Amino acid sequence: MTNHPTISLGISEDDLLNCTQCGTCLPVCPTYKIQPNETANPRGRLALMKATQDGILQMSDIASSLDMCLGCRACEVACPSGVNYGHILEQAKEAISSNTNYSMPVKIIRKVFMDTLLPHPKRMKWVKGGLRIYQKSGLQKIVRKSGILKVMPWHMDTFESVLPDVGPMFLHLPSNVTPELKEHSKEKPLIAFFTGCIQDAMFHETNRNTMKLLKASGYPVVVPDGQTCCGAIHAHAGEMDKAKKLAKKNIEMLERVKADYLVNNQGGCGAMMKEYDKLLEHDPQWAERAKEFVKKVKDINEILALVDELPDFKPIHEVITYQDSCHLLNVQGVKVQPRQLIHSIPGVQFEEMVSAGTCCGSAGTYNITHHEHSMEILDAKMLDVQATNATTVVTANPGCLLQMRIGIKRAGLEGKVRAVHIVDLLAEALKEDVKIN
Amino acid sequence: MLKQEIRKKLMEVVGPSWFLDKPHELVAYSYDATPMYQKMPDAVVLPETTEQVSKVMKIAAEYQIKVIPRGAATNLSGGTVPVEGGLVIGLNRMNKLLEIDQENLTATVQPGFVTADLHQAVEKLGLFYPPDPGSMKTSTLGGNIAEGAGGLRGLKYGVTKDYVIALEAVLPNGEIIHTGGKLAKDVAGYDLTKLLIGSEGTLAIITEATLKLLPLPETKKAVVAMFKSMTDAAKAVSKIIANRRIPVTLEFMDQGTIRVVEDYAKIGLPVEAVAILLMEQDGTPEQVNKDISIMAQTCKDEHAFEVKIAKDEAEGEQLMLARRTALTALARLKPTTILEDATVPRSEIANLVDHINKTAKKNNIQICTFGHAGDGNLHPTCLTDSRDKDEMERVEKAFDEIYEKTIELGGTITGEHGVGIAKAGYLEWKIGKEGIMLMKGIKKAFDPENLLNPGKLFTETTRPRRVIQK
Repeated sequence: MTNHPTISLGISEDDLLNCTQCGTCLPVCPTYKIQPNETANPRGRLALMKATQDGILQMSDIASSLDMCLGCRACEVACPSGVNYGHILEQAKEAISSNTNYSMPVKIIRKVFMDTLLPHPKRMKWVKGGLRIYQKSGLQKIVRKSGILKVMPWHMDTFESVLPDVGPMFLHLPSNVTPELKEHSKEKPLIAFFTGCIQDAMFHETNRNTMKLLKASGYPVVVPDGQTCCGAIHAHAGEMDKAKKLAKKNIEMLERVKADYLVNNQGGCGAMMKEYDKLLEHDPQWAERAKEFVKKVKDINEILALVDELPDFKPIHEVITYQDSCHLLNVQGVKVQPRQLIHSIPGVQFEEMVSAGTCCGSAGTYNITHHEHSMEILDAKMLDVQATNATTVVTANPGCLLQMRIGIKRAGLEGKVRAVHIVDLLAEALKEDVKIN
Repeated sequence: MLKQEIRKKLMEVVGPSWFLDKPHELVAYSYDATPMYQKMPDAVVLPETTEQVSKVMKIAAEYQIKVIPRGAATNLSGGTVPVEGGLVIGLNRMNKLLEIDQENLTATVQPGFVTADLHQAVEKLGLFYPPDPGSMKTSTLGGNIAEGAGGLRGLKYGVTKDYVIALEAVLPNGEIIHTGGKLAKDVAGYDLTKLLIGSEGTLAIITEATLKLLPLPETKKAVVAMFKSMTDAAKAVSKIIANRRIPVTLEFMDQGTIRVVEDYAKIGLPVEAVAILLMEQDGTPEQVNKDISIMAQTCKDEHAFEVKIAKDEAEGEQLMLARRTALTALARLKPTTILEDATVPRSEIANLVDHINKTAKKNNIQICTFGHAGDGNLHPTCLTDSRDKDEMERVEKAFDEIYEKTIELGGTITGEHGVGIAKAGYLEWKIGKEGIMLMKGIKKAFDPENLLNPGKLFTETTRPRRVIQK
């Protein structure tokens, strides 16, 4: 214990006192499973935050323990006392990040990702364009042969090998509410589709498939201009001001387009947007608007589960299992819908995985920042995948999807097991192809 | 901080990554699930084998370092708080299920193996380990044994102490002892196995345990009964037992708890009910149906205004949800939740609940009571705020009065949570000066230098009694 002055984390004492230290969160914590050390579980992390708040510890003492947390929020669901762990963690991270002098390379990466790229859809398109050129020009083959990836930092070889084949660059989705759509929306709720920044750059096809499914289910769909990154990556890194700015832009966007729902296909982004009300609760100009916004945010699984009559599906004769997206499950509470949807495809033999609800270790950028821990969690997960005998692992979030692909590679299951987004599975099963623009 | 020389020796034993003494690591081992007790150790080790535990203990003995054994720290008596500093030995890496012996019906586990994981493992084989403490999903079996943990199924099947038949443990001098065996009968000398159960880490460190298993009952069923008077509910409990029915669980919630649970979970509990009994029976389908209908009829005879029998196991789970939600709901109301476990002979339950309610009212504090009516183990739960000094004083006074009455009714200060530090001041009330002297003698025989879990069980300052016992 040092006597240096400490800076309060700014967390309300009541929030921290809510934890009764009963330990119910321990068995659901993925990091505690790989490291049976009290600093690696939620009860411990809350105690550390409290000690920092009380001036017993300094922020630098607890940063590593907080950083090790995946932010999967399974502990919140398990907690009998209703501790808002995710919210408390974000507050602590905000205080730590604003008091930390990051090293130059980290500073540059934070700046490039969080400021220069993610909030700008056009720039993200160029990222995607670059990737496509890389994949299609033959450069990828040369790079792979050269072995250069092995010496690149941040395990780039791992990620490069599971990158999806990105689609052609300029594919536009309808961005305005046309008179037709307006007419249509008199009978069916009008859906604004949220593309997501990374999702749209890397998994454009999944976005197209989402639109197809919505259309096939009879919904009028628009992809409004002016939408931006949801801010989740910023919030999880403690950059709350930037997250708030992005939130406000998205709220304005939805107000302009006057849609009934804002639908997305990424568990993480959906969770972030469903918590805009908490994010902006102390901003009198925005609190009410955020509440209205939150009511309209729906995951694609929720929307499709509401449909009276799903489109016709042709059979898929496969053993399929489902890996929950933590934020879809633990924050949005969406558990049964994806399973029901998979069941609705004829021919499918669905096998529930033992640890389906436990984080796969992807957790935003966790598999880059804490690669070894992430891979340890993932390898354990792959054993559970194999126990189901599934040939397809279904996910509902881009990060989980990439992680499952890395897992399949590490377990030597390439060619035997595939990982797909639930939307792509459902689109694959569509009896009739649907045209979107 | 420990001396560099000692740190080095400990690191050599457990490996540097399992020796912890950074400031944040010490904070993380400064508490357990008991509110209001916190003290930092000087270091923490997480050994992987019995040999490592023995070596660590020998180093501690050599340098006269206090040692606190720790499982998942879910206990409610401050049992694993390092009140005098020292070295915490976390047993969480010793978490293997070593054997399930289907011929002798035993399971052998390392101390860090989680209780609910044992349930799962043996139930797959059609076997049954009945002890089910509330924290079983987190708690370790080593911790259960050291604390003498109870559970909901205690009435019919007994508690942890009834299922431990052999132990391996490390003594304060570092020697390893083995007690008991896979034996139904064993009278070779003092029963050291039983002596270590509930010894709260003050006599030895449990490093392996062999547990007795039963065949898994075929089925179970639940019934819920609502009463307008506490006395009626208590009478129903006594009558059920007098009718030679021993339910597997016989749980009770008072009106305060019912209202809080209903307010939180909205599961349709009648808030006008003064007491609810939640009962389960297991066994063969015929026996279960027969017992359940007798239990239901007995409740009606004792003026239950509503009796609900679950159609199947799923509905039974739903009915029992109310009881399992109780602590959850209560814990959300106020910042500090003090869960006590006064225990009386089951015939005295109504008297004790009445006394608790009067005492809470008199001291102007909020106490909700729920618990195991079948075995007389009640959990008066005080909802308060540790920051409110004035209220905390009234809480203490109220609990003094409650424990006074508990003992007067032939009960005990703790049924299943242990003494630790939280109840140390009351121990003499229960066992008297002679009892304390004898227990201290036992402690001295095991641990002459008072190295293991110091400051627990015994205290210099027994709480002054407000009423002289008759």
